[in-house]
Amino acid sequence: MSGADVTLSQVRFSYGAGAQMLFDLSVDASAIVALMGPSGSGKSTLLNLVAGFETPASGKVTIGGADVSALPPARRPVSMVFQENNLFGHLDLAANVGLGRSPSLRLTRKDRDDVLAALARVGLAGKEKRLPRELSGGERQRVALARVLVRDRPVLLLDEPFASLGPALRADMLDLLRDLHAERRMTVLIATHQPEDARAIAGGIVFLEDGRVAASGPTGLFFGPERPEPFARYIGGKAASPPG
Amino acid sequence: MPANRPLPGLIALSFVAVLVGGAFAGLLAEAASDPSGAAGAFDAYLGRIVRFTLWQAALSTLFSIVPAVLVARALSRHPSFPGRSLILGLFAVPLGLPAIVAALGVLALWGRAGLFAAPMAWLSGGDWPGIYGLAGILVAHVFFNLPLAARLLLEALEAVPLDHWRLSAQLGMGAGANFRLIEWPALRAALPGAAALVFMLCVTSFVIVLMLGGGPAATTLEVAIYQALRFDFDPARAVALTLVQVALTVAAVAAMARLGASPTGEASLALAPRRYDRPSTAGTVIDAALVAAAVLFVAGPMAATVAAGLDADLGRLATEARVRSAAATSLLLAAAAALLAAALSFALVAMRHRLEAAGSDRRAGFPASLLEWAAGNGALFVLVVPPTVIGAGWFILLLPTGLVFAAAPVMVVAVNAVMAMPFAVRAIRPAYDAAAARHDRLAAQLGIAGWARLRLIDWPVLRRPLLTALAFAMALSLGDLGVIALFGSESVRTLPYLLMERMGAYRTQDAAGLALMLGALCLALMAAAGRLGRERA
Repeated sequence: MSGADVTLSQVRFSYGAGAQMLFDLSVDASAIVALMGPSGSGKSTLLNLVAGFETPASGKVTIGGADVSALPPARRPVSMVFQENNLFGHLDLAANVGLGRSPSLRLTRKDRDDVLAALARVGLAGKEKRLPRELSGGERQRVALARVLVRDRPVLLLDEPFASLGPALRADMLDLLRDLHAERRMTVLIATHQPEDARAIAGGIVFLEDGRVAASGPTGLFFGPERPEPFARYIGGKAASPPG
Repeated sequence: MPANRPLPGLIALSFVAVLVGGAFAGLLAEAASDPSGAAGAFDAYLGRIVRFTLWQAALSTLFSIVPAVLVARALSRHPSFPGRSLILGLFAVPLGLPAIVAALGVLALWGRAGLFAAPMAWLSGGDWPGIYGLAGILVAHVFFNLPLAARLLLEALEAVPLDHWRLSAQLGMGAGANFRLIEWPALRAALPGAAALVFMLCVTSFVIVLMLGGGPAATTLEVAIYQALRFDFDPARAVALTLVQVALTVAAVAAMARLGASPTGEASLALAPRRYDRPSTAGTVIDAALVAAAVLFVAGPMAATVAAGLDADLGRLATEARVRSAAATSLLLAAAAALLAAALSFALVAMRHRLEAAGSDRRAGFPASLLEWAAGNGALFVLVVPPTVIGAGWFILLLPTGLVFAAAPVMVVAVNAVMAMPFAVRAIRPAYDAAAARHDRLAAQLGIAGWARLRLIDWPVLRRPLLTALAFAMALSLGDLGVIALFGSESVRTLPYLLMERMGAYRTQDAAGLALMLGALCLALMAAAGRLGRERA
């Protein structure tokens, strides 16, 4: 399955009496876009709005041209990977991935084969009977990606998925994500704090500030001499050196 | 930190040791002086009592835990509806209610002259004898423990990470899959601990069985100890009963520790996490029915207590000399017990922290690490020995001296203080440890120590937790009947003791009025404790 374009048109949202957020952006099918911005700028909220965990006060979320604003999370063509808690601790890896096929774990022969293939694809062949606690943090996120593979939805949302991993592990995971994207061509929105993440895989960057899109464009622009002012302020000295 | 001497902590530990040790000395001395009598007490009667004690505790646990699972799941499936926090608050009330008040509430509903007597008589097609024996005990135990278990299990359900509910919504799990894959695993992890806690509370339950057992057929070890000492005057039998009771509680507490339960277990239900699943209409109706049934079951006896209490001649009771003096005695003894409990707990907490800090500097030697362990767990240890057992031991020890009734105030204060310590420690320790971690080095550098430190550094931070501990300990002590039942007399009478006397004299109206006063007093203190505890955070 290939990707679907994602659009938020004039989507308004606020937590209770909190500040008003307003999102207006569109992401092309099969693109990889990094969502960046300070804590509280609305990165997770934006992903939750696309996934259906939050409902806009007004405005429209469309995926592949269809309005999904009123659909419950399970009916949206979307998979999401969280920073942690992606796995159920008492279920082995095969079951955790299998949930992506059947939420009541009624799996056919073919489903089971697909689960094993997905685990092998993310580098966890032979570990299907392990429990999540026997894995490292990086391996647990690989299991979450294996579930994304068996679900095979056109949009993949990642909410700071590698934030708790060290630099080497994070680079490995970004490589894996890039390869999976090359195979499946799903649209990827990844929220991250790390400019390197964006540089490594994202074709474009959406920079959020105070619940609004403050800047967006191709990744090259953000790391070039003409980088948008809010982004320059955010990363400070970090991107002083030219992209190498 | 050489300026901090461990003396207060050592005194506190010694106090607990003397109290518990003295009780055992009394028991062992009696057993030694009359070995054949004590051995002879291990007879068929004792076997019957042990069986009934375990049987009623097992049934109480079953009837508390199974509905609690359903109620907890229903509440967790609906994280926000009007009245939800009110219901959770209601479920916390029985914990603060003296057992004797609850027993009266149950009788006001289900007793021979209770509100349900007429319909029950009609249903049974004859005379309604009132709910006594096993049925009465079970109703009262479930009244106490169903809400407690429901809160503990709900806490376990609410600890499920929000991401799991999101995942479940995204994967499209239905109610069945949610229960099988998310709710049940969370419940299963908490169930053994909750069940063990309820079982232990029911094995050591005294007042409920005394008030509602209604005869030798429904007698537990605790009540049998009391009867052996107060009525049959049979210390040898009391020794045998006490030893069996201690063995039972040790086993129950050991099981609890293995199952990871806290003997002072109380759920902290902060903000319910959001859930993304939408229960079906049928599911919602069933949930509502379950919660409503539990609410009625818990609120019923309380409402009946209030109704019966207001029916009593409160004005006359309030001016009656005996009531006044009993109230004054109760307040005085409870205040003393609370102060003692808070002081002992503070000393232990401080010593434990100091030893721990010292232990992290260097490898602690054997005595130091043992002392640290004792300071950390000594308070919990007293839960193994129910108040009746300590009371029985001292009763026997004091018997030859003829000081039994004169010692009443001392015994009530000392035993109630020690019984309240585990709860007081729980209130004080987190705040003390956090404050010490922040202030220790600064205080050491500036040379603030001893009394100055207590006044300038510790008191402002620890005032609230200390007051929480005080209020909680005072409520516990005010409602206690275990010790005063043994030591009470014409000269020393507390409110619960007076209540028991009036019940025994069939002055039901008076008893109802007293129960209302006592219950209101204890709940006010508990509410104050809860409030002080919450605002601290």
